[in-house]
Amino acid sequence: MAPPDRPRLRVALLGSPNSGKTTLFNALTGLRAKTGNYPGVTVDRRQGIAATAGGPVEVIDLPGTYSLQAISEDEAVSVRMLRGEIAGEERPDGVVVVADATTLQRSLPLLAEALAFDLPTCLVLTMVDELKARGGEIDLFALQRELGVKVLGVVGHKGLGVADLRDLLADPAAWPRPAAPPPAETQARFEWADRILAAATRAQPEDSALTRRLDSILLHPVGGGLVFLAFVALFFQSIFSWAAPAMDLLDGAVGALADWLAGVLPPGWAASLLADGVVRGVGAVLVFLPQIALLFALIFFFEACGYMARAAFLMDRLMGWVGLEGRCFIALLSSYACAVPGILATRTIPSPRDRLATILVAPLATCSARLPVYALLITAFVPAEPLFGPFDLRGAVLFGLYLLGAASALAFAALFKRGLLRGAALPFYLELPPYRFPSLKAVLIQVWLRVWMFLRRAGTIILLASVALWALLHFPAAAPAAGAGPAEAARTQIEQSWAAGIGRALEPALAPMGWDWRIGVGLVGSIAAREVIVTTMAQVYAWEDPAAGDANQDADGFAAFLRRPDPVTGEPPLTRASAIALLVFFVYALQCISTIAVIRREAGSWRWALFAVAYQTGFAWLAAFLTFRLLA
Amino acid sequence: MTRRTLADLSRHERATVLTVQEDGPAAERLRELGLCPGTEVVLDRQAPFGGPMVFRLRGYRLCLRPSEARRVAVAESAD
Repeated sequence: MAPPDRPRLRVALLGSPNSGKTTLFNALTGLRAKTGNYPGVTVDRRQGIAATAGGPVEVIDLPGTYSLQAISEDEAVSVRMLRGEIAGEERPDGVVVVADATTLQRSLPLLAEALAFDLPTCLVLTMVDELKARGGEIDLFALQRELGVKVLGVVGHKGLGVADLRDLLADPAAWPRPAAPPPAETQARFEWADRILAAATRAQPEDSALTRRLDSILLHPVGGGLVFLAFVALFFQSIFSWAAPAMDLLDGAVGALADWLAGVLPPGWAASLLADGVVRGVGAVLVFLPQIALLFALIFFFEACGYMARAAFLMDRLMGWVGLEGRCFIALLSSYACAVPGILATRTIPSPRDRLATILVAPLATCSARLPVYALLITAFVPAEPLFGPFDLRGAVLFGLYLLGAASALAFAALFKRGLLRGAALPFYLELPPYRFPSLKAVLIQVWLRVWMFLRRAGTIILLASVALWALLHFPAAAPAAGAGPAEAARTQIEQSWAAGIGRALEPALAPMGWDWRIGVGLVGSIAAREVIVTTMAQVYAWEDPAAGDANQDADGFAAFLRRPDPVTGEPPLTRASAIALLVFFVYALQCISTIAVIRREAGSWRWALFAVAYQTGFAWLAAFLTFRLLA
Repeated sequence: MTRRTLADLSRHERATVLTVQEDGPAAERLRELGLCPGTEVVLDRQAPFGGPMVFRLRGYRLCLRPSEARRVAVAESAD
């Protein structure tokens, strides 16, 4: 196939949420879609190229909207796009209004609004198979005659009718135009739609029996609650078990690649930069990719099924107490694996203020990168005293840290909604779409587009930060003393590195919690990803894995090592009080390049990203300080 | 008798929208979701403790909080 020329034509897809618009967009453009943001706003922008007989056509997937009398940012973007008012974007040559054939009584009035823009317009009815299965029948020719625009029925996920749509896209200028414009006022538009549907509808579809039956279980105050708990358990199971093999594999591959590079390259700083800085540094972040992808898959699958709207219904009361709404819960739940998919999942929240509040508190959810740090410090400083039954003190402390993260996220959200993000509330409304079984392909395309977007957007920042951190730990270079082992050499290196300089400069801020500059170096390292503090601290204390054959070390590992006096300083690296303070610090502090990069992207500016770093890390310090004073 | 609103419906009760009270974008959005005069609405279910309500109207299911449902005045449907 010849490479496509630059498309001459641009066509916008307009439709309400759940109209099947995105499935249709994917069917038209496949993996050749580009996702991004409209300039200056946090609205998702999706464009792709559809091949047609008349050459390639650029397809714009406008954000899902119930109306063009915009009350939110993404609706305003649709309006500005249709008027040709977005800087750097040409006005589309045609509008395809996408409407679910089973809910035309609600969605047809949107066509009337679209026609007011005086662009060539056509109507695509999705889910025509479902309409038929539910006993509904609509006369497309009568509908076309009454509306005066071209009408096409499609089944997006099966590709039925998509070829006809491609033919149509090739020449928007030839689309028929209605003789008279439809009315503009809301009530009159609904009456207009009702009149036309009365003329074209042969049979009304029955209410979906499957939806009625499933809702009577899934929305039941008790039964629905139990299913919801099982759903949450599935999320956690996927985070901790299913993603683990892929993560271990990736971790092993990163280590092997770094070792191989270190082996084949001539020793020196270049080899170290490539092996330790780039491969191991970026690798420490990339090991979370399987988890991020799996979470996206779960989110998109349950969203497309219709269950996410039900989960939002079930959680709305609880979220309402802190000034948020049901949909915010899904984002916070995802953040328990990783704040990155959690923050990206906030795109389904229509209110910009609710969305920003959720983005700002999402990193407080206990992500999986905190777990290695929690596990290490709890093993080292919390005795395994039995509490009751199979539960012991260690488990209770771990559970308490999870709970502290959740409670803090909700408390800060309530605080932001009452102060910083106060304003007139948008009405809360949520469509509960019929249950549908999504096509696996559609879910996988969505996952791929999101993961690719994360890699492309956060990748540069992760790479730059990894190299910068490597440089902080490796410069200025130290000459190791003759006869020193590799651990000793690493320790000498770190002690005179810039990172140690930063750690020493931070010491006045660290001393009140009983931490010395070495912990500061660990905290600097943890900016790449939280769990990196474990390896950085192992280096800074010159700890060697006894399994690696060093006879001087006991077999009880790094955890025990942290409790013993250091031979150089005569002090143990951490005491119980300073270790618990460190745990509390990790509950709050925003130490994660990927999250900061994603907040910047999703909130639209560095201002909010820096605000998130400042309030979380500031509060982390305060909470750690109070914890230490309480325990010391 | 005081005016009835969507928030006063009992489960599976059918009613006809009279008007959306108040003006402004929030009320206008409720109209644009199909809650305009003459539209038939059925209360499908309500979450316990004053939680959100699910209505069926115009062939779809819409979930509103009682605070929003109270803005929509309804009359008993003439069956």
